[in-house]
Amino acid sequence: MTRVETPDDLYRLQQQLKAETDPDQPRISVCCGTGCRVHGSMDVIQAFREEINGRRLSGKVEVVGTGCHGFCEKGPVVVLKPSGVFYEGVGVEDVPEIIVETMMNGAVIDRLVYTDPLSGDRVVHEHEVPFYQKQKRLVLDLNGDIDPTNIEDYIAFNGYAALSKALLQMKPGEVIEEVTQSGLRGRGGAGFPTGVKWRLCREATGDVKYIVCNADEGDPGAYMDRSIMEGNPHRVLEGMIIGAWAIGASQGYVYIRNEYPLAVENLRIALRQAEECGLLGHNILGSGFDFTVQIRPGSGAFVCGEETALMASIEDRVGEPRPRPPYPAVSGLWGKPTNINNVETWANVPIIIDRGAEWYSEIGTDQSKGTKIFSVVGKINNTGLVEVPMGTTLSEIIHDIGGGIPGGRECKAVQLGGPSGGCIPSAHFDVPIDYESLQELGSMMGSGGMVVCDEDTCMVEFARYFMDFVQQESCGKCVPCRLGTRAMLEVLTRITQGEGSEGDIEYLLELGGQIKESSLCGLGQTAPNPVLSTIRYFRDEYEAHIRDKRCPSHVCKALIQYTIDVDKCTGCGRCLRSCPVEAISGAKKETHVIDQEKCIKCGTCLEVCKFDAVVVE
Amino acid sequence: MDHQPIFDASEIDDLLNGQRDGRADSLMGVLEEVQARYRFLPKDALILISERMGIPLSQTYGVATFYNAFSLEPKGRHVISVCTGTACMVRGARKVLERISEKLGVQPGETTEDGQFTLETVNCLGACALGPVVVADGAYSGEMTGAGAEALLREVVAEVEKA
Repeated sequence: MTRVETPDDLYRLQQQLKAETDPDQPRISVCCGTGCRVHGSMDVIQAFREEINGRRLSGKVEVVGTGCHGFCEKGPVVVLKPSGVFYEGVGVEDVPEIIVETMMNGAVIDRLVYTDPLSGDRVVHEHEVPFYQKQKRLVLDLNGDIDPTNIEDYIAFNGYAALSKALLQMKPGEVIEEVTQSGLRGRGGAGFPTGVKWRLCREATGDVKYIVCNADEGDPGAYMDRSIMEGNPHRVLEGMIIGAWAIGASQGYVYIRNEYPLAVENLRIALRQAEECGLLGHNILGSGFDFTVQIRPGSGAFVCGEETALMASIEDRVGEPRPRPPYPAVSGLWGKPTNINNVETWANVPIIIDRGAEWYSEIGTDQSKGTKIFSVVGKINNTGLVEVPMGTTLSEIIHDIGGGIPGGRECKAVQLGGPSGGCIPSAHFDVPIDYESLQELGSMMGSGGMVVCDEDTCMVEFARYFMDFVQQESCGKCVPCRLGTRAMLEVLTRITQGEGSEGDIEYLLELGGQIKESSLCGLGQTAPNPVLSTIRYFRDEYEAHIRDKRCPSHVCKALIQYTIDVDKCTGCGRCLRSCPVEAISGAKKETHVIDQEKCIKCGTCLEVCKFDAVVVE
Repeated sequence: MDHQPIFDASEIDDLLNGQRDGRADSLMGVLEEVQARYRFLPKDALILISERMGIPLSQTYGVATFYNAFSLEPKGRHVISVCTGTACMVRGARKVLERISEKLGVQPGETTEDGQFTLETVNCLGACALGPVVVADGAYSGEMTGAGAEALLREVVAEVEKA
């Protein structure tokens, strides 16, 4: 690996790497993010390498395993360059055909081509896929191009140029000013202005200062941080080094979820390579600035995403939050000034320094600048990572980019911001999203997890799920969160079991308000949100459970019954054989019957019936 | 319990004497190593670690019981994790979890009597496009149904019995 000692060295290396890259050379990009790996992308990549060797094409065709492309619905995703032909669901058996037919003969293989779920159109090229077309990818732009385990790939795409610019041409105060002017706000959820945070830490007195990358992406349903770290870890590191220099920090930590093994691995590789390259460590690019980064794997506690709890965990203590002030900028890790930003925030920094605050601040809305990555998951056709300018509407994300709801069903609501956020019903899908508008709707940006619910999602059970989650993850230090969430969970559980009573809704509202006001940290202060927002928009569902003892979405077991439709049942016996409790009886070719006494409502019969004869009501 | 790995004080000494990479000064780093080696944190190990590192036992115990990654009970040789993140839940993870729980005869967080299997839930693996996701000994399986989970479990059990 070439060591770069000065900004000139870096520039020369960049030029050299660019010169060595022939844009017309055939290149096969295989997504190796966590999702595509499950579908077998590592075998696919191996098969491509073997096929290429076997056909003596090595050196002529390059195979690159990239990070997550963000289009996760049907992996493995393969993109052929320079043509941009896009294949999905590629298997090892398809590899020889792709090489011969597409790479050598330029023919498109029909069965691997993506079909747009909305229009039914076949889409051959990556740039024509509607999912990508309507996005604005600043942070995720290189995820499909570079090998995240090779620093030279990143450098060839102007990587670390922003760091060089900051160290060579700007003063620390100017860097902070640039970030402030850009309007960048924390992407972890709260949306605090990043530049202001940096300045506070810069101005705080302390012989040692720390910076931290919060990669404890705990919100279920959010995985943009994982994908950034898996796909382009150097951009995060570059952001951190620029931040450290601007703030005057000498040591950085990445606190990363252990549930993300691939992200941890790629980050470790990136750290080692950046050190070997001279971009981390002593006297970075000859500037006299020293900075090192350590990885701290989290040990599985949701509350550690809260900054004071996170710091306690880095200090080897129980991850309990503490009251603020003092803010970390004044007294953080080991009592020293500390600046904490999340992964996506750090990854935005090199872009801002490289292209300028003025350019960046033209993207987005008045109050919220730049882009935001959402992970659009749940009942949606195109599950994946969507990076759009702030101010995009939910409708554009769900319908135009997400491709709508599977099976032609109706979208009922989206849940944003995980256990801290709230549900937004489809009536509000035309509101431009930014930090403020989401809060007005009773939700929040959060880290950007966007869970789409259709008619089959019971909003009461959904609220109960989140309350169960925060109740388990509550660290127990403060009473409102520890006991309040438990009390709310008990009421919600009763309601879903058909034992709700008049006054429950009012009680939940009152208790929720108190927990929000009196909890110690963000976990408790936001814990009631999923309940409050579902009561706000779906009060009728709560009332149906409480008054009519009915679950309109047919989810809550105590309130539903499985029966067999006499007209549709063919007596095939599938359900009878699959029932785990032998609750179904009936002779062959005659209508089957479910014994309600025995039935445990597991839904297996509904799952296996080929004639839609099992009815739930 | 005869399947419990035998605690060896000299191994802890080796750990503390720096025969591990990186976090020589880190309590959590040491606990992670011990957890990985024994599949739980033996009481004697916690006492020894506290003494050697000069950390009050109360603090060591606090850390050992606070984080999900640590366990004071031995975990099974094979760990089955069901993702109960929101996306997986919306897609039916509850049914999958119930089916596996019923088949193994243990509740989430518990280990089978023979010490072979531990059933766990995980809050989100970030593989939301594949939901519901089940991870058996590190291998991910996506788009699970109740029936699919049962088939997966049969495969895993067959592997174990073969080995």
